[in-house]
Amino acid sequence: MSSEAQALNHPRSKTELFVVFTFLALQGVGGVLAVVQHELVERRKWMTKAQFVEEWSVAQVMPGPNVVNLCLMIGGKYFGIAGALAAVCGLIGGPLVLVLGLAILFGGLADNPSAQGALKGMGAVSAGLVIATGLKLSTTLPKNPMGLWAALTFAVLSFAGVGIFRLPLAWVLLGLGSVACFLTYRALRHVPPKAESKSDREAP
Amino acid sequence: MPLSPQDWFDLFMHFAVLSLMGIGGAITTAPEMHRFLVDDKHWLTDESFSSCIALAQSAPGPNVLFVALMGWQVGINAGGGLNAGATAWWLGLLGVTLTMVGIMLPSSILTYKATKWAQVNRDLIAVQSFKSGMAPIVIGLLVSTGWLLSAAHRDFSQDWKLWLITAIASGLMLKTSIHLLWLVAAGGILGAAGLL
Repeated sequence: MSSEAQALNHPRSKTELFVVFTFLALQGVGGVLAVVQHELVERRKWMTKAQFVEEWSVAQVMPGPNVVNLCLMIGGKYFGIAGALAAVCGLIGGPLVLVLGLAILFGGLADNPSAQGALKGMGAVSAGLVIATGLKLSTTLPKNPMGLWAALTFAVLSFAGVGIFRLPLAWVLLGLGSVACFLTYRALRHVPPKAESKSDREAP
Repeated sequence: MPLSPQDWFDLFMHFAVLSLMGIGGAITTAPEMHRFLVDDKHWLTDESFSSCIALAQSAPGPNVLFVALMGWQVGINAGGGLNAGATAWWLGLLGVTLTMVGIMLPSSILTYKATKWAQVNRDLIAVQSFKSGMAPIVIGLLVSTGWLLSAAHRDFSQDWKLWLITAIASGLMLKTSIHLLWLVAAGGILGAAGLL
């Protein structure tokens, strides 16, 4: 274990997992991912940025709701199936009650202009938070086995594919992804094992 | 319109199948949900389908909750509407349970198993290449998600304020350690005051 890994914290109990995920889910308007990254990496220091990107890669590629995948992976890492359940119940439970309450009260969203305005404002902020999260995580690219420039090229291509050319997400993920994984595989095969990238494994 | 046990089972199975098809998120299967719930079965109107997505996007929590709202609405409609009393409410909750368990369970089992497998085999070059190789892709995709959220506004003369807010929020998150809740709340207050 390197010094970087030793500095990490971890959740003490399943209850803590449940509470942490409940709170972060309730903060995430228009998507939770930015809050998950901020809370788990920067505030609680349960994982490094590089670990977060790795987990998110898997969560994104697996089918189903991405953030649910991410949370069950994180919960499962610490406390097995019970941990995965605790994290996912926290993520879903509070917001579910809230959103059903809203649906009952308003039968949809009220046509109230200030409610509409508030939603617009919060939406604009959360767009900014997602962009900032992506930019923050891009500081892990220089350590990529493909090298900084290749990694940066893939990041820009996938941004352009979905953001500009509006290609379906799954195409970009699987198409560009398989090329990137192949190049990484070639790069790693020529590096003597144990050279690096072991530092980010957590203790059992 | 009451639903038969067969209908409830179909509802569950439809979401369970989509759970395994939604690579890149549950929202990517929304067109298929629309075909099933609105066009084929007529369990939801076009309007209520859209409002489920809009409401879930704007409320706190993961976006997949739009599925719960669809299940709720299907159940409430089956029970004769919100004002029909306890039966409708229980059917609403049944709808929520079936659709949410359906959309989450199959993909969760798969992800959990895959993660355990990758954990055991973490020293394989293939596993490491997958995780490191996908990293730049998912980072690019994250930025594009935020980009698409703000590119939904098109009219510069009217929407420059929203873009400004997006840029400021992004800058503050990058440069300061301010709690994100303050940023979201500030956006909400500015919007509610009609300034955006």
